[in-house]
Amino acid sequence: MVVQGSVHKYGDNVDTDVIIPARYLNTSDHDELASHCMEDIDSDFVNRVKTGDIIVAGKNFGCGSSREHAPIAIKASGISCVIASTFARIFYRNAINIGLAILECDEAARDISAGDQIRVDFDTGVIQNLTTGKEYQAEPFPPFIQNIIAKGGLMNTI
Amino acid sequence: MTQKILAAHAGLPNVKAGQLIEASLDLCLGNDITAPVAINEFERCGGCSVFDKSRVALVMDHFTPNKDIKAAQQVKRVREFAGKHDIENYFDVGRMGVEHAILPEQGLVGPGDCVIGADSHTCTYGALGAFSTGVGSTDLATAMATGKAWFKVPSAIKVELTGRLPKYVTGKDVILHLIGMIGVDGALYKSLEFAGDGVASLSMDDRLCIANMAIEAGAKNGIFPVDSVTLEYVSGRFRREVRVFEADSDAEYERVITIELSSLRPTVAFPHLPENTRTIDECGGQVKIDQVVIGSCTNGRLEDMRAAAEILKGRKVAKGVRCIIIPATQQVWLDSMREGLFEIFIEAGAAVSTPTCGPCLGGHMGILAAGERAVSTTNRNFVGRMGHVDSEVYLASPYVAAASAVTGYITDPASL
Repeated sequence: MVVQGSVHKYGDNVDTDVIIPARYLNTSDHDELASHCMEDIDSDFVNRVKTGDIIVAGKNFGCGSSREHAPIAIKASGISCVIASTFARIFYRNAINIGLAILECDEAARDISAGDQIRVDFDTGVIQNLTTGKEYQAEPFPPFIQNIIAKGGLMNTI
Repeated sequence: MTQKILAAHAGLPNVKAGQLIEASLDLCLGNDITAPVAINEFERCGGCSVFDKSRVALVMDHFTPNKDIKAAQQVKRVREFAGKHDIENYFDVGRMGVEHAILPEQGLVGPGDCVIGADSHTCTYGALGAFSTGVGSTDLATAMATGKAWFKVPSAIKVELTGRLPKYVTGKDVILHLIGMIGVDGALYKSLEFAGDGVASLSMDDRLCIANMAIEAGAKNGIFPVDSVTLEYVSGRFRREVRVFEADSDAEYERVITIELSSLRPTVAFPHLPENTRTIDECGGQVKIDQVVIGSCTNGRLEDMRAAAEILKGRKVAKGVRCIIIPATQQVWLDSMREGLFEIFIEAGAAVSTPTCGPCLGGHMGILAAGERAVSTTNRNFVGRMGHVDSEVYLASPYVAAASAVTGYITDPASL
């Protein structure tokens, strides 16, 4: 699977409270969650994001609360992939379980800038920056996890 | 110790760090925010039944008593699910408490257990010598159906505690100090294993507080050895067999950290990360506050209520400060009331709430306005965590929180 999109860039320790603030956790409606995605760190995100766009961030992305609403909001907002130096472990697990593509690649996370056009190949783990021409190698997921992401989440594989 | 518990639950003689295993669960947990998402997933499989109605716990604690119509709809959905599947451990208003306070208190978790919960602070039960970790709603849905979960076996960091805590220094200060040392991702994907002769002097409430915030260092779990304090705590509560696992004397650790308890000072985490810690001596007299919250799964237990009362007795909450005290469970409420703590709180000018997570996550019962500052005994001080995106949260112990309520700025309890 290959995705391509424009980059939204964030720093270290982006927590799930800023991805989807708790005041919106009284719903599990995906579109409603998406309409508040990243609200407390980047209030203009929902106006700028286009289907297929990619989030690139620093270390410990998705730290804090276990709310699955966070990867759900990101996926429902149209984001096709999140690349980070590292992910907090519960977010990592949740993203796979709901079928949000994620990749750990420190070099790419540091190098890539907001607005760059990025192409990601999940089979090979190759990340291409089409704006700068640079290429990065991330560890690709094994086939069973790629299958969960391709099918849109764990429950669709049962 | 974590690896031994995981091996036993996976039916394997031993496991290694990095190994992927499937383990049987002694309990799985959800709350009024995460369970509705799990129930949606669970019902998609069509005709699924719950693996064991005594091993699923559903605790309505975050937005309860229902803060608005949407929250009420979510709780109603969980209540109906619990009724349909005859879930034995369903806790609603009047019987409820903050999940990580009520489960140990009611004896639903104990030594040697393997537990997952769709709440990040599920790691609290490591205080009892259990492996417990937070997951998401889809993992909970699968666990409710199968009684199993997959794990990647974590490597371990040993935290060697020596000596004894001085007056006004608590488990909260120990864990804030540790997070300040190693950072919010200092134990990412790993297990924090507490050990050393200092453990014996820590009360169960201190241990529950320390294990609770292991996640704030990124850890998969935090775990304490089982000793006489543990056995005394679980005696008469925990109904399953106590299984004691001990770390081998030659166990491998990725890192060993030593903390001399007697050297610790009351510690405060400044906005907007739990790793931004300063000792009370480094806070200065400059941090003026608007609100104090004493409660939560971190610090809403009886010892925390007693600590707050010790400070507030015969004193008044400063003019212009709202002090909100939230006993974490009905039992803590009853015990606090019987000990006369509520008289002290109310005479001091504090508000006492029914058990709820409420303000900790900016849900209800104490939301901050723009520019406001709170000292809170909760566990996270992220941007906007307790309300407006321009508000600030300072994390501290009940002693520091209560002392700060009295003066109106962040205060060393010993200085009163």
